[in-house]
Amino acid sequence: MTSLSLGAPAAVGFGERLWRINWGLVLVLTLIAGIGSVALYSAAGGHFEPWAAKHAIRYGVALGLMLVVALVHPKVWLSLAWPLYIASLLLLVAVDVAGKIGMGAQRWLVVGPLQIQPSEITKVAVILVLARYYHGLSREQAGRLLYTLPPLLMILAPVGLVMVQPDLGTAMMVMLGGAALLFVAGVRLWMFLGAAVCAVGCLPIAWTFMHEYQRKRVLTFLDPDRDPLGAGYHITQSKIAIGSGGLFGKGFLHGTQSSLNFLPEKQTDFIFTTFVEEWGMIGACVLLALFALVLVWGFSIALRSQHHFGRLVALGVTAMMFLYVFINTAMVMGLLPVVGVPLPLVSNGGTAMVSVMFACGLLVGVNVYRDAQLPLAR
Amino acid sequence: MIRFRKGDGERAGLFTRRALLLGGAQLTLMSALAGRLYQLQILESQRFTTLAEENRVNIRLLAPPRGLIFDRTGQPLAINRNNFRAMLASDRGRGAEVVIERLDQILNLGEADRTRLLRELRRSRGFQPTVVRENLGWDEVSRIEFNAPDLPGVFIDIGQTRDYPDGDLMSHIVGYTGRVSDEDLAGRDDPLLQLPTMRFGKKGVERSLEDELRGRAGAVQVEVNAVGRIVRELDRTEGQPGDNVLLTVDLDLQRFAAERLQAQQANSEHKSGAVVVMDVVTGDILAMVSEPGFDPNVFARGISQTEWKELLDDPAHPLNNKAISGVYPPGSTYKIAVALAALESGAIDGGTILSCPGFIELGKIKFHCWWKGGHGGLNVVGGISNSCDCFFYQAAQRTGVDKIDEMAAKLGFGQVSALGLPGEAAGNQPSRSWKLDKYNVPWQQGDTFNLGIGQGYMTATPLQLAIMTSRIANGGYDVQPNLLLAKAAPREELAPPMPKLKATATSLRIDPRHLALVHEGMNLVVNSPSGTAAQLRLDAENKPIDPAFHFAGKTGTAQVKRITERERAMGITQEQLPWHLRHHALFVCFGPVDNPRYACAVVVEHGMAGGATAGPIGRDVLLETMKRDPSRRVDRFRKTASL
Repeated sequence: MTSLSLGAPAAVGFGERLWRINWGLVLVLTLIAGIGSVALYSAAGGHFEPWAAKHAIRYGVALGLMLVVALVHPKVWLSLAWPLYIASLLLLVAVDVAGKIGMGAQRWLVVGPLQIQPSEITKVAVILVLARYYHGLSREQAGRLLYTLPPLLMILAPVGLVMVQPDLGTAMMVMLGGAALLFVAGVRLWMFLGAAVCAVGCLPIAWTFMHEYQRKRVLTFLDPDRDPLGAGYHITQSKIAIGSGGLFGKGFLHGTQSSLNFLPEKQTDFIFTTFVEEWGMIGACVLLALFALVLVWGFSIALRSQHHFGRLVALGVTAMMFLYVFINTAMVMGLLPVVGVPLPLVSNGGTAMVSVMFACGLLVGVNVYRDAQLPLAR
Repeated sequence: MIRFRKGDGERAGLFTRRALLLGGAQLTLMSALAGRLYQLQILESQRFTTLAEENRVNIRLLAPPRGLIFDRTGQPLAINRNNFRAMLASDRGRGAEVVIERLDQILNLGEADRTRLLRELRRSRGFQPTVVRENLGWDEVSRIEFNAPDLPGVFIDIGQTRDYPDGDLMSHIVGYTGRVSDEDLAGRDDPLLQLPTMRFGKKGVERSLEDELRGRAGAVQVEVNAVGRIVRELDRTEGQPGDNVLLTVDLDLQRFAAERLQAQQANSEHKSGAVVVMDVVTGDILAMVSEPGFDPNVFARGISQTEWKELLDDPAHPLNNKAISGVYPPGSTYKIAVALAALESGAIDGGTILSCPGFIELGKIKFHCWWKGGHGGLNVVGGISNSCDCFFYQAAQRTGVDKIDEMAAKLGFGQVSALGLPGEAAGNQPSRSWKLDKYNVPWQQGDTFNLGIGQGYMTATPLQLAIMTSRIANGGYDVQPNLLLAKAAPREELAPPMPKLKATATSLRIDPRHLALVHEGMNLVVNSPSGTAAQLRLDAENKPIDPAFHFAGKTGTAQVKRITERERAMGITQEQLPWHLRHHALFVCFGPVDNPRYACAVVVEHGMAGGATAGPIGRDVLLETMKRDPSRRVDRFRKTASL
């Protein structure tokens, strides 16, 4: 059964498709990546090496990938959802088995010259597979408990594998992102309440599974004074950097906290701090406003999509972007415990950049193909 | 398909509602982020700015160069030498264990140093560096620099260490410096003393002039990174170097005296003694020898346990400055003080004749004269020149202990002088109340007899003997010994002051006629054939000598152990006794006899006989002093601005 001819609007040409790409959104993303390069240039003490130049080049490549992804018909993604998901699970298993030890956790897979972080692929794969699942369900079905069990499994399988690594940040993101998708897909509210109660009940069990350094981080977050020179040191130094930036910042290349290495991981998880120390609250607000613009774009694309798969993908991507930004910035400002979540398009790191731009490609693709007729394949 | 579309509309509606809810939640959370930014960057900005500055800026004190020490002719006694030190800075010892472990491999630190480092680092605040090892060689410096990337917080620093060119010879006067101890800190709040590299005077002039030599701290504001490495210097205030000082000591005379003292004891088991040469007008100490000495450079570079034990166990006590800390019974040298006391109290006058039958009996005890046959009748001049014990037993008895004490106090006994060197002893000037306090027994006649010949409870330092001789020689002026000739800030000219020709000290109000009698007695000790030191007469060996160099003196032989009647009967000689039981040999003198300018006191430990052992040293040193005449000549001063 095909519905392509039935009352369908005239076929959209390639030029029209290009026109439908949200070039404004592309511009905003480019601005964010530009800020990333500026911050990385400063983090390297005023040098393009080793981060800023690579970051810009990587963004260029990722932008190309994003445009290609955006022009691929959603039905392709619909059919690729499961294979991608399965592949990402296999990669996670591979990482757990043969992953390289890095930063006290197994997160990387080395394939030739590439270091792949499968957890980044997982974030996108889970969005696709959940969107595909709910695309095929009616509202009534989506509201039923029985139909909610498979997606729960789809979420918890990778979460479990990621926890083993252990990567608390990604686990949190997949869980919350998945929950956001389930919420908009129509899962009953009482189920969320039930899940929340369960989660609280499971906390002691989770505690026993956590690594020592993770427990320390949580305890430190709850009471930063308990170890001001140990695990709390990073957060204290980060707050000092942000706070001392003030309204206008210390000026480009004049951040003392980062240039004197008081900041840990200044080029990755704490890049926001590096940037804000030098550009002040004004810089911070500009950067957050740009991210907010991306979110607004995401919601508007999701709401304008005429197919459920597109809606869910767009919202999933938007939720993922939000979680990235929120968890990272709240963490460096001492509002959340330190978990390894980078700031998208700003932090140094290849896999995260590719997966974020891939997700943005999907988002833009939803807009490009907002009127596509998708088969209800089950 | 229509059914499908209808269904889609339903779920699309739900999606829209819930998506908007979600959007609202995200908006709220984003606002929370903005609020947090406002809190950190606006409300608490001031506090965090201060914290960031504290992180970044480190104020480090700069140790000023220590003042240099010269002798009165401008020859260097203590100078500064560059010292390459390995320093380690870390924030309260964080990560220090690994670095110390690596340093251990490079420098062979040893267990004691490792624990000391860790303790000091944990205690230090805000990256204040601590010393790993001093006086590094070039190979050690280059090994550390080569491994610098693996040694965060380690850096090489050029400090200064003390160098004593004439270490052994000047060890007791100049002393040495060492790490600042807690006692050193008492009463001083100079922040400089908190510097781990700082050195503090421990002995001698280094100690007594510590506050002049130290200088004032400079400060450098540096920017440090998270591992304490200095990134750049922000501001620098140079400190004020310590004052340079000229000592009153004449290094060449000091060397002469030391060599003379050693030569005299060439055949002795141990060479131990002291010589003090003093200007009787100004009180300048021109030489102050204590044999044996030690090498203070060993202390400057850090003394080892075995070296320290060796110094402590030496029976000749090299660490002890015998010139000021050694206390000896003054013996017959004290008789000039007793004579003055007797004359001043009116117990005797110049014409009083006291008889000497060879001994005086007091109850059942016999007090012998050193001359068994007895001197017959003597006046005070003869009593001094013959050093007649019987004369002074009777003179002391007539004068009484109280009047003797009074005169002794005027002449400087029983008290620490104004010299200022650490470790100076007061000696003991016994009195009625002292004996009652100490032994709970009243003063006896016999005690006065013993005091009359400078024995019994009486003890004095060589410096006190020199002070006594000076005060008698200069016509009864209260001259005080002095080691500091001049001092000057580093860039100022350092030169000795104009020579002083007349005593400016206060008068002790001693009758000049009485002093003249004592002078005459001391003159005859040397310059009459019957004097106890007649062999010291300068022209005795048929060497014609300028009468301007004639001098006067007094010998002394102090009992270490009481001679028993049995030993006296057996005629045991001093040579037959073990070294440590032999008599001390003493000699005091001043010259020129007509116009006294210099006084000299000599103590040779267990030297057996004052006239034979101490006398020649005193004569030669005093003659050398008079020839050099350091007090009246400034032209020998060497410019040392280049140092």
